[in-house]
Amino acid sequence: MRNLFAFIAGSLFGVGLLVSGMTDTTKVQGWLDVFGNWDPTLAFVMGGAILPMAIAWQLTRGRRPVLGGAFPEPPKTEIGRKLVIGSTLFGMGWGLAGLCPGPAMASLSYGGLGGAVFLVAMIAGMLAAPPVVARLDAMPQAAG
Amino acid sequence: MEQDWIWGLVGGLIIGTAAAVYLLANGRIMGASGILGGLIDGSGRSTWMERASFIAGLVIVPAFFVPLYGEVDTHLTSNLLVVVVAGLLVGVGTRIANGCTSGHGVCGISRLSLRGMVATVFYILAGGITIVLFRHILGVI
Repeated sequence: MRNLFAFIAGSLFGVGLLVSGMTDTTKVQGWLDVFGNWDPTLAFVMGGAILPMAIAWQLTRGRRPVLGGAFPEPPKTEIGRKLVIGSTLFGMGWGLAGLCPGPAMASLSYGGLGGAVFLVAMIAGMLAAPPVVARLDAMPQAAG
Repeated sequence: MEQDWIWGLVGGLIIGTAAAVYLLANGRIMGASGILGGLIDGSGRSTWMERASFIAGLVIVPAFFVPLYGEVDTHLTSNLLVVVVAGLLVGVGTRIANGCTSGHGVCGISRLSLRGMVATVFYILAGGITIVLFRHILGVI
């Protein structure tokens, strides 16, 4: 059952990416490129996605997940160097190619070699992350 | 096109519904980088079937809707060096930050998570600066 609902969620995610046009890297780069032909679409996608999720978070209060287990803990509040450095590196890659992890995986669905190359490189980057994380964790906080 | 924002909103609502299903049914945060990353580095071994099922849906199902659009062009740059560097940065960055556009962005902001909002500000700023630098100043992409 958990796998079925995970499959449904993944399917909806992929179809949503396709419908929204976020599969098109020019739209993503168009949103980031404030000095070029600026494209506001991404803001509507984000806004549209946040709406049902804001309701969903409200529904989690005092309840348990339908399929058992527990809901995620309340969000952590620590703003550390990992969050800032990681998000900055991610943003640089996102700007360069116009792909983030969701659309990168979904791009396998509509073909093209480039998306697969990106995905392989992204997986390599993910494999490289744990030692970097360990090093950042080991650094004294004051040196950040 | 003028209707782009409407389709953006409709697609966004579908993406948000996907995240809501994953949260309310499975009790999990729908973060693309976390779901895949946990499979890659082994940290999500105990939930691998759930992760793999999500990715299977994401990778397989959009293909059935592609014919409605005729052809889907990602307009990804043909410069493979840029593609590889970008992929490496996205992979390592999302795992260090523990989230991407879906986890920090959609799922984080919707519960007013400070971390989600800070991450989103940083990746949008970094993306904006990168594209201005590489497109308008260096002319590489």
